[in-house]
Amino acid sequence: MRRLTPYLLALPSWMWLAIFLVVPMVAMASVSLQTGNAIDGFAMTFSFSNYTEAIGRYSTQLARSLLYGALATVAMLVIGYPVAYFIAFKAGARKSMYLFLLLLPFFVSFVLRTISWNFLLADNGILFGTLKGWGLLPADFHVLATTVAVVGGLTYNFLPFMILPIYVALERVDPRVVEAAQDLYATRAAAFRRVVLPLSLPGVFAGVLMTFVPATADPINAAILGGTSNTMIGNIIQTAYLTNLDYPTASALSFTLMAVLLVGIFIYARALGTENVLEAAAR
Amino acid sequence: MRGGRAGDRLLHLYTWLIILWLSSPIAVMILFGFNDKRSKSNTTWQGFTLRWYAELFDISDLTTALANSLKIAVASTVITVVIGTMLGLALGRHRFRGSGVTNFLVFAAISTPELVMGASLLSLFVSGNVPRDSVTIIVAHVLFSLSFVVVTVRARVVTLDPSLEEAARDLGAGAWATFRLVTLPSIMPAVLAGGMLSFALSIDDYVVTSFVNGSTVTFPLWIVGAVKTGIPAQVNVMGTLLFGAGVLIAVGNAVAARRRS
Amino acid sequence: MNPLMRGMTQPRTRRDVFRLAGFSAAGLALAACGVQGQKAAPPKADAVADYWAKQKKNGKVVFANWPEYMPEDKGPLEKFKKDTGIAYEYKEVIQENAEFFGKADPVLRAGQSLGYDIVVMTNGIQLQHMIELGYAVPLDHSKLPNFDANAGQKYKERSYDPGNKYTVPYTSGVTGIAYNTKYVKDEITSIESLFDPKYKGRVGMMADAQEIANFGMIALGIDPEKSTEADWNKAGEKLKAQRDAGIVRKYYDQSYIDAVSKGDVWLTMAWSGDVFQRQLAGEPVKFVVPAEGGTIWTDNMLIPKGAANPVDALMLMDYLYQPAVAAELDEYIQYVTPVPAVQDLLREKAKTAKGEDKKALEDMVDSPLMFPSEADYAKLRNYTQLTTQQEQVFNPIFQSITQA
Repeated sequence: MRRLTPYLLALPSWMWLAIFLVVPMVAMASVSLQTGNAIDGFAMTFSFSNYTEAIGRYSTQLARSLLYGALATVAMLVIGYPVAYFIAFKAGARKSMYLFLLLLPFFVSFVLRTISWNFLLADNGILFGTLKGWGLLPADFHVLATTVAVVGGLTYNFLPFMILPIYVALERVDPRVVEAAQDLYATRAAAFRRVVLPLSLPGVFAGVLMTFVPATADPINAAILGGTSNTMIGNIIQTAYLTNLDYPTASALSFTLMAVLLVGIFIYARALGTENVLEAAAR
Repeated sequence: MRGGRAGDRLLHLYTWLIILWLSSPIAVMILFGFNDKRSKSNTTWQGFTLRWYAELFDISDLTTALANSLKIAVASTVITVVIGTMLGLALGRHRFRGSGVTNFLVFAAISTPELVMGASLLSLFVSGNVPRDSVTIIVAHVLFSLSFVVVTVRARVVTLDPSLEEAARDLGAGAWATFRLVTLPSIMPAVLAGGMLSFALSIDDYVVTSFVNGSTVTFPLWIVGAVKTGIPAQVNVMGTLLFGAGVLIAVGNAVAARRRS
Repeated sequence: MNPLMRGMTQPRTRRDVFRLAGFSAAGLALAACGVQGQKAAPPKADAVADYWAKQKKNGKVVFANWPEYMPEDKGPLEKFKKDTGIAYEYKEVIQENAEFFGKADPVLRAGQSLGYDIVVMTNGIQLQHMIELGYAVPLDHSKLPNFDANAGQKYKERSYDPGNKYTVPYTSGVTGIAYNTKYVKDEITSIESLFDPKYKGRVGMMADAQEIANFGMIALGIDPEKSTEADWNKAGEKLKAQRDAGIVRKYYDQSYIDAVSKGDVWLTMAWSGDVFQRQLAGEPVKFVVPAEGGTIWTDNMLIPKGAANPVDALMLMDYLYQPAVAAELDEYIQYVTPVPAVQDLLREKAKTAKGEDKKALEDMVDSPLMFPSEADYAKLRNYTQLTTQQEQVFNPIFQSITQA
């Protein structure tokens, strides 16, 4: 019976993933090798050149997406870790209140959040307009329609997905262990580095997985906050699919993106090197 | 330890600053729910009014859309949390055949661009002749939130000490009792965190939903369509009430927790 | 009982189980064969007559439209119900042309019904695909007397659907230039202003390939409707130069209107109805159809293939062309109505109205954004009509500019 336990636990998710993810993915893999157009139909021609052509044509956007995704992930880690640390060790009975408050803005539609950000960050809006009025910023300073805005938007939108898993991993660390370590190692920094950080690594790994991957594939932030040269691969896939009805290119790009992300995550797991994490990731 | 105290206070302040940053667009949204706007666009401040609160439910399609969103979010969160926690436990605790493939699928579900997921689900439903309605939306929402729950729970499980459960079993607890009394409480923070993430993902989803909704309209869908002619202020009011209810729950929870301890 | 609860509480029938099992088979089938093409031959006249001869009035109609495109009290539809006894279901389910088409395509391709009797789509690539793929039911004009009598001549001669074979207009708008008078002190009259280095980093262009291509061509003195591949390349070069010179801040979707009314961009390509609303809100924006020309776009009603109630749908389409009904709609939507008589009706109404309502009605009647003059219309061009082959050349030229 106990040997069966993991299979029984995994069964419902397996069914869900098999029917609703694997079957469509097989179909998509097939489409990615076809040629034709939406009006006359597509036929299977095993055109692997769909991949080379798509990658060749959109390598800039692909590389840019990885860069933006990585930058945003690092920013989220730096910004989010202290918050997770505070909630896990210092928030006492209010832990869930803080977590909830962090997530609450995301219960309200992204359209409203976007409209509000555009209001707040307008070139001559309440923030920059005022600063410009005081002469603290040059008149043509702007944040919207820049790379900073896109990476900032990604950071903003996925931050809770970094904080929550780190918190979850930290929360089970007994504060007394930390205190003991502080007594042992004398400095807080050393105690953190040798005791807390290693224990939180599975959470960090989960956080990176849950932010880097969707941030890299995200089309919304680049579309709303970007300028004339911030297009990401998600936008390209969207256009190929919806406007051009070029299903093979859209499918080929999606698989390419998935493969690249998988390699990226694998390298990251390797670099992190902790056995624990590797186990969690690659098992 | 005095330096520590100051550090703690700094961290406390920092956390509130981050919460403030994340909530700043909400402030604008709340403000414009009180805007006495004349035209259909709601982007310039034109005076204070409570009119939109009085006329909150005047746009019946909008009300239905919000109700749909809430129902779908609750249903998909419950399903996701249950099956995702189970898989997270299996992956974090056990070694079994197929766990490598499962890990890959969990990863694939996060990395599939939303649009591709929506479109391929639609093809699947069409070829299976399944009518699109709230049920297909829930199916899709479970699919894209599942990995987030699995990954969060797994990260917690790998840090747990399995000897506790063994001890419980040695003391005569059955499998279910062990799970309920030992395992579940220790993974509860991860389960709750995963649940909150799925709820947020579901209630805010546009792209995937737009493919599998049939003629069911959700809150984000309705708003995106209304952008063309101007979003009515009732949308802001509904967002405000949603946010307000959330704050009440959060604070109420904190108070209750303090009473207990 | 709502569909959600029904879905969750009803016992799974045996058919559902088979259906689940069928999924994997369906997936394999999807994988094995390609996506079938469905290019439709133009319908023969008697085929159209045969189709309509077989249909009868069912007493109900399902209307799929964009949000905020019908007064909240559903006045026009209520009147329709009262006058004809036909019950209606009105659904605000269309958010975006591309996504709507993306969603409709597999359903219609599989020969299934969308569940709607009327849908509204903007003229453009997706509508053209609907028509090309045979997804739109050809209309029986003998049942459209109000349309024939009351639609403006312009709305009967549209290159994307000559003779209104498949569609009739719901509402129209004009693409021109909007500018913020707080930052732009000169009177803007020419499309060249969009290419003027003076406004470096302050110009907004639209991301849509057709829209931006139109303006590139109009700036070069080319009529988009009659353009060739060589023209597209020239327009592409002009737009690329504009971009490389840093003149364009961003390629916008509808968010351009916020950007220009806040002054993030000073002048931008714009849709008339958006600008009119901002003017009503007192924002310092002005709309102009450039001397060289602008474009006109139209949201159209059509009956999708497989519609259950085509006769009732056609009756509703025609009903909306009664001037009084069209006036009620237009007063709410505030775009350009295809029924010119509406202007006089609103003028009459303004005479008897009081206070703020009177002012608003007068603004509408006098607005060239709702009622363009003959001179305005003379400057308006239609979109480029593209075959599928042409599209595969056209799209990359302009997308490589807007999505670099």
